[in-house]
Amino acid sequence: MKPIYMDHHATTPIAAEVLETMMPFLTSDYGNPSSSTHVYGRVARAAVEHAREQIAALIAAQRSDEIILTSGATESDNLALKGLAYRQAINKGHIITIATEHKAIIDTAEFLKKQGFDVTYAKIDAYGVIDLQNLRDSIRADTFLITVQAANSEIGTIQPLRDIAQIAHEQGILFHTDAVQGLGRMDIDVVRDGIDLLSISGHKIYGPKGVGALYVKKGIRLHPLIHGGGHENGMRSGTLNVPGIAGLGKAAEIAKRDLIQESERLLNLRERLRKGIESRVDLVQLNGHPQQRLVNNLNYSFSFVEGESLMLACRDVALSSGSACTSASLQSSYVLRAIGVPETLAHSSIRFGLGKSNSAEEIDHLLDLLEKHVRRLREMSPLYEMAREGVDLDTFAWTPHDHHNH
Amino acid sequence: MLPIYLDYNATTPIDPEVAAAMLPYLSDVFGNPSSTHWYGMRAKQSVESARRRVAELLGCSADEIIFTSGGSEANNLAIKGYCLAHRDRGDHLIISAVEHPAVMEVADFLRNQGFRITVLPVDGQGFVSPRDLEAALDAGTLLVSVMHANNEVGTIEPIAELAAIARARQVAFHTDAAQSVGKIGVRVDELKVDLLSLAGHKLYAPKGIGALYIRRGISLQKQIHGAGHERGLRAGTENVLEIVGLGKACEIAARDLVDNQVHMRRMRDRLFSGLAARLAAIQWNGHPELCLPNTLNLSFRHLEANAILSGLHEVAASAGAACHSDAIMISPVLQAMAVPMEWAMGTIRFSVGRMTTAEEIDRAVTAICRVVTALRG
Repeated sequence: MKPIYMDHHATTPIAAEVLETMMPFLTSDYGNPSSSTHVYGRVARAAVEHAREQIAALIAAQRSDEIILTSGATESDNLALKGLAYRQAINKGHIITIATEHKAIIDTAEFLKKQGFDVTYAKIDAYGVIDLQNLRDSIRADTFLITVQAANSEIGTIQPLRDIAQIAHEQGILFHTDAVQGLGRMDIDVVRDGIDLLSISGHKIYGPKGVGALYVKKGIRLHPLIHGGGHENGMRSGTLNVPGIAGLGKAAEIAKRDLIQESERLLNLRERLRKGIESRVDLVQLNGHPQQRLVNNLNYSFSFVEGESLMLACRDVALSSGSACTSASLQSSYVLRAIGVPETLAHSSIRFGLGKSNSAEEIDHLLDLLEKHVRRLREMSPLYEMAREGVDLDTFAWTPHDHHNH
Repeated sequence: MLPIYLDYNATTPIDPEVAAAMLPYLSDVFGNPSSTHWYGMRAKQSVESARRRVAELLGCSADEIIFTSGGSEANNLAIKGYCLAHRDRGDHLIISAVEHPAVMEVADFLRNQGFRITVLPVDGQGFVSPRDLEAALDAGTLLVSVMHANNEVGTIEPIAELAAIARARQVAFHTDAAQSVGKIGVRVDELKVDLLSLAGHKLYAPKGIGALYIRRGISLQKQIHGAGHERGLRAGTENVLEIVGLGKACEIAARDLVDNQVHMRRMRDRLFSGLAARLAAIQWNGHPELCLPNTLNLSFRHLEANAILSGLHEVAASAGAACHSDAIMISPVLQAMAVPMEWAMGTIRFSVGRMTTAEEIDRAVTAICRVVTALRG
């Protein structure tokens, strides 16, 4: 039987309305938007431009030509960082970010480091929130970019975007945010929040995979990552993924339309899950910020239980024991390590990512499973036995740690 | 009524079989292939099965195929990825004068990075000469990139011969096969290439997906950083829906290659002979035999291409390569072939496809003749 899906940070299903919007472009309307000489091309072009407006509206961008369409948020993040970096006259300059960013940011920043740029990881607290004073202190004369995510994909922690933007702008530094996890779940307004560049993913907001966007505030030029026919104002070449783009546009429209209502519903479900876990399972630790977190996210460490074993035991529910992109490796989550979660507790963690399809009944079913299997798995753990007998429990209990300074 | 679509080199419709194969991935099968649960595993299996189908069409191993967002990205990854990874061994890239902008612009980028670029000329029919390649190679040459078949005139380059020359000098060879895959046989062992790009939407798969063949042992610098997708060569959540579509399209391309070739050639030749019988002062650009079976690049002497197309409501065709049709200029391909201005200015690319019918061709012939005759007064 198909498991209940509760891994909406990894990906989301395509919404029915989105699918409906995409269908013509998978069948009859197949033109290349660059074919300006005939109606097939013009129909495709119109669909792309309509989607661009829908995407702009989601983040309250003032002009749709501030939206660059990409193959996904990973490419958007690459384009933002490298596109700005390669604009520098020589391979020199300084970027500030944090250690809990998505791999697309971390790996790109580390690549740029090898190319001659400098990267500083600003301090974060035990909840994963950026330390604004440390951010200020990290700024140098040659800092050209601060990139901090809107919300974390594993622990759901939301960053103070407006404060970060203000600090950046006081020094004439550009601010980029990877808003992949935040869109559709929190209110983001690029003008109000002072965002200069913002990455968007289709498949995290009930749109298709393989499409994303980068908001680039008017006046900012980027060096292209993919060279060619000069599409997207010369910033991103390649024939446009028309069905994907139409889908992303519709998904953006729905995300905006349903934001308030759906956020409230998810918050209620999440609180039901949180209360259930905390009242029915002992020795659990919430990772991430207790309030300042995504409405659909919880991340718990279940002491004396392997996250992978618990995931397998609860296999009627699709969950994640780490970020989807890294869960294939046996390393514990770098995000949990960065906020100082001890290795054993990191390996005991489960991420819950709620979404549109989830109901209160599903939450209750999950709670039954968790209660049963955590108890069963702990019965097999000699450590749990020892802990219950009062042996050195503190070693395994949560203590707030300093972040790891990279 | 919609015009008759004769612009299959710009893009193709999604084959109904491909659309059917994609349908489950628009709804039930939505997992992220990186997830270890049921949803993720199903998605992962679908991606790997599609990879095998692409590999079967090209005659390589599945682990030699990397999925990209399209032909442009594949060309960027191949050329930048190879040149930048092997910078310590050389500084010279050779391309041809008729390459797609996704190769031309990459070469320009590399020139700005300090690489030396040689652009091989083509003859009047669009062919690169093996002798010119031989002469252009030097001790610093890292890579040669020559397209398999030209998007505008359809000329099929002697890739096997060119690649053999490069290989004898330990120089890697890349070919942009976006136009040839699905229209003629494309086997990497026969072509002897090290890198080969393809684009989904040129072979009845969706836009937004492509692939790069990377011969085992060839190392590239990754161009999109992030998590370790695609053997660490291309980060980003896999576009499962379109990867499945590309896999199916490749399966069909392999299965129906001969039938499709015969059909396209018949339609294309019917179009040419229909026009040739009724119009004077027309010229077929390219080679009559060593040409894609679906492409007819035709010049109408002393006429202006856009004047023809704007009067020709019944037919959708292209006045140049679609990717750069915004500006009015003689296409670089026709310039490289030294097509005289009186002919070049009136050049239209007609490209037929699997769905083209004889009835459509006949209607197109009538319409084209009407417009051309009227313009010539």
